Amino acid sequence: MAAAQPNRLPRGGRIDRSRPLKFSLDGKSYTGFAGDTLASALIANGVLLVGRSFKLRRPRGIVGSGAEEPNAIMQVGEGAGAQPNLPATRVELRHGLVAHTTRGWPSVRFDIGAISDSFGRILGAGFYYKTFMYPRFLWKYYERAIRLSTGFGHAPAAPDPDVYEHRNAHCDVLVAGGGPAGLVAALAAARSGARVILADDGNEFGGSLLSCAEQVDGAPAADWVAGVVAELRGLPDCTLLPRGTVLGYHDHDFLTVAERCDVGEAADRQDHARPGETAERLWRIRAKRVILAQGGFERSLAFCNNDRPGVMLASAVSTYINRFAALPGRRAVVFTNNDSAYRTALDLAGARAAVEAIVDSRPGSGGELAARAQAQGIPVLHGRVVCDVTGKKRVRGVRIAEWGGDSWETIKSTIYIDCDLLAVSGGWSPAVHLHAQAGGSLDWDETRLCFLPAQARQSHDSAGAGNGRQSLDECLADGLRAGAEAVAKLGLAPAAIEAPAANSAGQLPIEALWRVPAERDADRCPKQFIDFQNDATVADIRLAVREGYRNVEHVKRYTALGFGTDQGKLGNINGMAVLADALGKTIPEVGTTTFRPVYTPVRFGTVAGESVGGLYDPVRKTALHEWHEAAGAPMEVVGQWHRPWYFPREGEDLHGAVARECLAVRNSVGAMDASTLGKIDARGPDVVEFLERIYTHNVGRMKVGRCAYGIMLGEDGMVMDDGVMARLGENHFYLTTTTGGAANVLNWLEAWLQTEWPELEVWLTSLTEHYSTIAVAGPNSRVLLEKLGCDIPLDKENFPFLTVRNAKLAGMPVQLFRVSFSGELAFEINIASQFALDMWRMVMEAGREFEIAPYGTETMHVLRAEKGFIIVGQETDGSVTPVDLGMNWLLSKEKDFLGKRSLARPDCLQEDRKQLVGLLSADRRTVLPEGAQLIEEAVRAGATPVPMCGHVTSSYHSACLGHPVALALVAGGRARKGETLFAVGPEREPIAVEVVSPVFYDPKGERQHV
Amino acid sequence: MLLIECPWCGPRAETEFSYGGEAGIVRPLDPDALSDEEWADYLFYRANPRGAHRELWNHAHGCRRWFGVERDTVSYRIAGSFRLGPAGSETGKGANTERDD
Ligand SMILES: [Zn+2]
Repeated sequence: MAAAQPNRLPRGGRIDRSRPLKFSLDGKSYTGFAGDTLASALIANGVLLVGRSFKLRRPRGIVGSGAEEPNAIMQVGEGAGAQPNLPATRVELRHGLVAHTTRGWPSVRFDIGAISDSFGRILGAGFYYKTFMYPRFLWKYYERAIRLSTGFGHAPAAPDPDVYEHRNAHCDVLVAGGGPAGLVAALAAARSGARVILADDGNEFGGSLLSCAEQVDGAPAADWVAGVVAELRGLPDCTLLPRGTVLGYHDHDFLTVAERCDVGEAADRQDHARPGETAERLWRIRAKRVILAQGGFERSLAFCNNDRPGVMLASAVSTYINRFAALPGRRAVVFTNNDSAYRTALDLAGARAAVEAIVDSRPGSGGELAARAQAQGIPVLHGRVVCDVTGKKRVRGVRIAEWGGDSWETIKSTIYIDCDLLAVSGGWSPAVHLHAQAGGSLDWDETRLCFLPAQARQSHDSAGAGNGRQSLDECLADGLRAGAEAVAKLGLAPAAIEAPAANSAGQLPIEALWRVPAERDADRCPKQFIDFQNDATVADIRLAVREGYRNVEHVKRYTALGFGTDQGKLGNINGMAVLADALGKTIPEVGTTTFRPVYTPVRFGTVAGESVGGLYDPVRKTALHEWHEAAGAPMEVVGQWHRPWYFPREGEDLHGAVARECLAVRNSVGAMDASTLGKIDARGPDVVEFLERIYTHNVGRMKVGRCAYGIMLGEDGMVMDDGVMARLGENHFYLTTTTGGAANVLNWLEAWLQTEWPELEVWLTSLTEHYSTIAVAGPNSRVLLEKLGCDIPLDKENFPFLTVRNAKLAGMPVQLFRVSFSGELAFEINIASQFALDMWRMVMEAGREFEIAPYGTETMHVLRAEKGFIIVGQETDGSVTPVDLGMNWLLSKEKDFLGKRSLARPDCLQEDRKQLVGLLSADRRTVLPEGAQLIEEAVRAGATPVPMCGHVTSSYHSACLGHPVALALVAGGRARKGETLFAVGPEREPIAVEVVSPVFYDPKGERQHV
Repeated sequence: MLLIECPWCGPRAETEFSYGGEAGIVRPLDPDALSDEEWADYLFYRANPRGAHRELWNHAHGCRRWFGVERDTVSYRIAGSFRLGPAGSETGKGANTERDD
């Protein structure tokens, strides 16, 4: 197998050579080992070229080894379960893994888009804004072309087959990051009895210790890691989350962690995507203390052609050698402004690669690491910089120049070295993302040249490299300090623990080198990349400044710096330094862009968790639901309720069924399931006083047994909800609300009772689901109930309109209401829900001789519109007063009620407010589109602007009237009866309409009183 | 996500609660006696301070009680929760009626 992996080192690495794994990239097969990432397996196979850049289509190779990777962006998997835009550095290899490069089109080696590199100069900052803006009507074509040629990954078309879950957790100490500092901090906290969660982004704990050749407590670092992890695993209150990326630090110490579950051993068992097995789990953790130990990100340096495949971060080179036994190149040059890259030179030498030179921008030496390198015969070139790279699809060599400080605008190379690998280190930036997300401030450290976490705003502390510590010694000590401080803040007794000892080499300070001058003028030289994924260059940032951009957030948006999937982890600090230089400011004066969750890209499925499909939103069904379904009624979703829409007979469409249902109600009898109406029981010694304040009418005047139509207003005077209310006793009322408003109304009433009028003794209970409601409407409704057998007289004298009676109907206890939403003689039967289906069946059976029609929400709408009855939320939209609706008769003059004072505000008194009217189309045939705007003159379409004077709120064909009817809100509408207006909708000619009364049917309201 | 202390149920996640705006906005006893400006002030104007803010919350998915919270609008830190006492009392809705504007 090893022969197939030309760049695999013969020994070492944390890979399992006994477990070879086959995988493919762009259809070509390769073999790696368990423990590899996709990136390390590709490097072992000699594959470095993995993509094309976003804008300029330049060939790009693997640069990093973790979340900072900008280039190796892959589509992993196929079909519905494919995941787009994953960095190969974070994809654990598994058997049969299928990956595709996402940026190269049609392939990474031959890309017709690469021609745009030749035009690179015109593709500068803001190129898209400038070039494709005009003419505007062509934008949709430009956009399509741009999207196609940029070739990001493809989102699968089919639903995601994977299963995700959310889990809530609490802990005393959450440690983010399981490197040296995080491990010691977790150990210190856990040994002291704290409940600890330790989450780490990697597939195993250890962080940098897995990639280094150093020793801890006299043993190889990885052995020390194994000992600590074993101890933590044995502690009962310690939860370990390897493959757990802390995504966000939210308010009040609430953190989210994405745990990858479908990789590693699970994948090795080949049960990936086994139905029902969790692919990824989102932990929602509330912590008392948080220790942020996420380490740091190595920076690149800006020099010409610094993006050529083979230019890599020095730390990534070390990681591939030490952790994965994969050698990225055989002839290497190391370029650095600090000490850490010397380790990479030593690692390369240890792997028997030729290290041609260490190019160190700093003038002198004397460092311990430099001495070690020189002892191995590695040439160290001090006071020199790499200023250009040759080679296109692979580094061929580097040009090296003398370095005299960053005041130089141009530079002259004096040395050329052949190489296939350039390991670069521009210094280290602590991963301050979570600290900043939590609201913590940052301080610029002029010695270490990085932003350090400063003031914390929540219960967090930073430790290790993430806190600016550089040597392993310092990191271990800092982790211990953070752990002990967390323990002390929790009030626990600290356990005895000694700082592990490491043999860290002394370090010399870093030099402030951000951009290497080129051999030509900085704006005409080969490109010096800052953000590799978005092709943002030094010249782009300077151009932005020349064009007047000053703020880092604006420059970010203009140049797309930091916009990629790596979110600037590689290039942002360099970009800010170049910006500061161009502006003549310091880096802290320029500042950073905002750090926002999430820390690394996350799958949508992880965010959604279980809340998908049928679990996305609760479904509420009435007690009669199964009957409606059996009858073949399509359902209308109202709030969370599923209500029957209409009951089609064989061969009937919506219009046919609704016309038949309407005529049945008008001429004989129909029945509707009205159970979804909100029902509230209100009682108590002060209930009358309370309801007087809520409703607009005189509640106290209602006699026991009476019903009334009531509306309630917001304090702004706008109609909020409506419904029938009934007085069941002296201090006992039954209130109904709209289907959608039921919960809001109950909350509204409770809010006033609890906060404003706690002295009122009133109790409110929701009965919405306890009782079901069957509306029986039509001239034959009374005989139908009599036929069912009712123990009270139902005639007009004994049981008049707008009254309520307790009765036994067909032997079952019910509440009967004589109310009507259709304008016909009608009864509403309230019955305990467990008996509702029986009652409904008996109503249907008894109604057979009257050809009873069950009817749904559509017929209900038509019947009420024929009567001019409003629906809250259709005729009203939060800006409509009862006066606008012509409901002045409902407004008591004798008392105050919520919203009353607002009705006297000048805005509510204006004559030209939109008022409820009826509309008839002039041809008496055209059904107006609901939502159509109303205008005064039939102006041509396109002649804009046209003053609008209202809109259509409801519109139906009325079978019983033989023509369409519509309700509308029209400015000053009540005074405009008889006028002709025009209804306009998109893509329609204006329709002439006549303004009429909103009551189309039985205007005197006689039929409901019979 | 905020961690809010319900005075009856203890600390719970923000998703269990609904927000009720500034506390201490007392409904005028005689609205008709108010000028349009005074009524509009009650109806629309809120203090919106930068810093400490006393506000109403409802434990909507819990005990359904309304209560008061003092929260910093910059740091979101919550100084404490309080029950609403009888009108006019120290912790009643009548409390904290002084406004900056
Ligand atoms: Zn509660």
